[in-house]
Amino acid sequence: MSNDPQAIRRLVVLGRRYDRLFAIVGMMAMMVGILTLAVLLAGLIHDGAERLNWDFFQNFPSRRAERAGILSAIVGSSLVMLITAVTAIPLGVAAGVYLEEYARRNWITEIIEINVTNLAGVPSIVYGLLALGLFVYALDFGQSILSAGLTLALMILPVIIVSTREAIRAIPGAIREGAYALGSTRWQLVRDHILPYSTGGILTGVIIGLARAIGETAPIITIGALTFIAFLPPSPVTGDFPFLSFEWLESPFTVMPIQMFNWLSRPQAPFQVNAAAAGIVLVAMTLLMNGVAIWLRVRFRNRIKW
Amino acid sequence: MIRENPSQSSVGSGSIDPGSRFAHSVGRHVGERIIEVLLFLAAFSAVAVTIAIVAILVFESTEFFKHVSLVDFLTDTQWTIMFADKHYGVLPLLAGTLVTTTVALMLAVPVGTVTAVYLSEFANPRVREVVKPTLELLAGIPTVVYGYFALLMVTPALQWFMPDLPGFNMLGPGLVIGVMIIPYVSSVAEDAMRSVPASMREGSYAMGATRMQTSLRVVVPAATSGIVAAYILGISRAFGETMVVAVAAGQQPNFTWDPREPGATITAFIVQVALGDLPHGSLEYQSIFAVGLVLVLMTLFFNVLGHLARKRFREAY
Amino acid sequence: MVDQTDHSFSVDVASRGDIDSVQGLKAEARNLSFFYGAVQALKSVNMPVYDSRVTALIGPSGCGKSTFLRCFNRMHDLTDHTRYDGEILFHPDNVNILRKSVDPIEVRMRIGMVFQKPNPFPKSIFENVAYGLRVRGEKNRSELADRVETALRDASLWEEVSGRLDSMAFNLSGGQQQRLCIARALATGPELLLFDEPTSALDPNATANIEDLIHRLREKVTILIVTHNMQQAARVSDYTAFMYLGELIEFSDTNTVFTNPNSKQTEDYITGRYG
Repeated sequence: MSNDPQAIRRLVVLGRRYDRLFAIVGMMAMMVGILTLAVLLAGLIHDGAERLNWDFFQNFPSRRAERAGILSAIVGSSLVMLITAVTAIPLGVAAGVYLEEYARRNWITEIIEINVTNLAGVPSIVYGLLALGLFVYALDFGQSILSAGLTLALMILPVIIVSTREAIRAIPGAIREGAYALGSTRWQLVRDHILPYSTGGILTGVIIGLARAIGETAPIITIGALTFIAFLPPSPVTGDFPFLSFEWLESPFTVMPIQMFNWLSRPQAPFQVNAAAAGIVLVAMTLLMNGVAIWLRVRFRNRIKW
Repeated sequence: MIRENPSQSSVGSGSIDPGSRFAHSVGRHVGERIIEVLLFLAAFSAVAVTIAIVAILVFESTEFFKHVSLVDFLTDTQWTIMFADKHYGVLPLLAGTLVTTTVALMLAVPVGTVTAVYLSEFANPRVREVVKPTLELLAGIPTVVYGYFALLMVTPALQWFMPDLPGFNMLGPGLVIGVMIIPYVSSVAEDAMRSVPASMREGSYAMGATRMQTSLRVVVPAATSGIVAAYILGISRAFGETMVVAVAAGQQPNFTWDPREPGATITAFIVQVALGDLPHGSLEYQSIFAVGLVLVLMTLFFNVLGHLARKRFREAY
Repeated sequence: MVDQTDHSFSVDVASRGDIDSVQGLKAEARNLSFFYGAVQALKSVNMPVYDSRVTALIGPSGCGKSTFLRCFNRMHDLTDHTRYDGEILFHPDNVNILRKSVDPIEVRMRIGMVFQKPNPFPKSIFENVAYGLRVRGEKNRSELADRVETALRDASLWEEVSGRLDSMAFNLSGGQQQRLCIARALATGPELLLFDEPTSALDPNATANIEDLIHRLREKVTILIVTHNMQQAARVSDYTAFMYLGELIEFSDTNTVFTNPNSKQTEDYITGRYG
């Protein structure tokens, strides 16, 4: 090593060359993920687009691939998501609010926090085992829409809790002091300030959670969802008083990812076309939801500047 | 939001003076308490879920181990619970899980790390703003779709290079899981690198270091524990992944370390059993809880490890 | 970066009547302006940096003294939307180091810097000091060890750390960390060393140590130091420049600046009327 300017110059030229090389390697690494995403989408569309017509959405599953459709799966997915949403959103938001606004720093809070973190890392299939033992047999809900909805609700609970907490944490302490100084009780503070101001963040988490739930297959298989469902659950709305029926909760069902898995496990090529078509619908739904969530996140980040 | 009624001006802080206007806060206080208890119960549900998971897994596993000795479970090299000649060795399932996880990590760790270094230290902020959410979309695609990708696109592509590769194998699904966990690895690792103080980078640049030298010799070492936490998150995701393997690896418990062979993971086996309509209370039924317990214990181990790594990283800065 | 233009410095120096010096020039700012986006932070600054001397930059916060200092090793290149205008000529090469064709890395290899807050790397004491050498491709162990020891001795840190070169730099006290950063900068033998308020994060004792050190280091290296402590400027420097609102108001030998300033603004500042 020397401090001779010529030697330094050679070193700098070499260093710059390595920098450029690494930048190229880095860009290539970055493209691995992005290109895979592109190839996956292109492949799905190439394989499945031919089956994507109106009939596909209107038909029940069938032994004849060309006549099979995803009607029962779409209805099943919608009803399961309904249960998941009405259970997980209030529970998760309430838990998040408690941990941020109410919880004292003590061992119970610590235990709750550790549990939330751990639950977020538990593989989804374990929720299936929990549901199989608890909802299907111990509580005797059977292999029903109710069981599936609750299972997915528990699975996305940590997602909603964590995003609620993050959204609330972004609200500056000055807002709380301001509300208290005006005589708010803690609940008034939460209701009038904390929840309205954190809606964007919470909504982002809820959508990401539901997007994950709608595409989730393993826990639903584990509770033993049937795959060949050529009928719809009883309608929740009836013609007679009280106009609502809850029979559908106990109905057997299928959901989009299960339907796709079922077609995918068949060796015949026409069914794999169906699988690809179902895949397109599924990916479109989840990408749309994730896209909305990302858009919301950016929008709220830009709009509210504390 | 500003209320005129003086009785509402108490913050419900507990001290009640009867005879004064503050006495109104008694009723308010009860309402507030009820709400707090309800919110607490919601938060406590996280603990309840954990307890329920552990209780059910342990309960059914206990039943299972009444019939199968723990030694057989841990040492037998065959898992043939669906056949007449029954063996209950968890090793083939564990091997399948380790093989797919290893293949996934061999792809995701280098690609994810380099991506993270690139995004954190090289790319311009606008590129980062676009690429990060795009990569996150990878993590949002349903796993059954990745199963399709592995079975009908990746494996056929691999067979192009390796004509002997069977249609069901662990290599294809392993690679696909690898792609799936890239965003977890790159995003957490990048966050860790970005939280390395700017003064440290300045110090390095001021010495005449290049971007690459600064990244690899200062930023990456400074972010090590955060990067390790990213890897561990990736491992625990790969470990628990179910559908890709269930669809594309063949669902045959196979005690092998060769990723080119078909195999089954713990998760794929649970799916396989659940697909056959097994009677509640049978040994097969109980077995999925026993292997589920193994899965949970291993993920718990990785979660704790990741937690410690993150904690160490946070303490450092 | 070879700049063949022959600039005649002798004429420039001679023409500066108020500076009585026989010293050679190490660097010189000529009509140096600097912009953060549309904001002009430096306004056509002209200032010499004399070889093997300590030059102090003083002035109220926001006057542009740190901005000026950072031009010398092109640290501003790391931030987007910044622009230099004018020249900094570096000697003996006689090259404008702000020219686009001059690689900032090359500039930084020859001009070291010590920052406001000690910023050791998360490495051992030895590796911190060896960093610049390693960046320059030095692999020979005994050469590394020698130069690390020399640098630590030059930074008056050797006595305190010679027994624990392998322990983490974070374990040192603030003052020791700052001397480590000085050793780190010295190890590569820079021709000019920039100090950006090096004692502002330190206690009085550590500050005195660093001041002693800077005073002694002028034998080895030319020093340019930003400080907002006027006593410090008076104690350590040979020349002092007073800056205000991005302009160089006064440059002279330290004695003159503090006892008989030319400008009213300088006088107001050093007598504590503002800043």
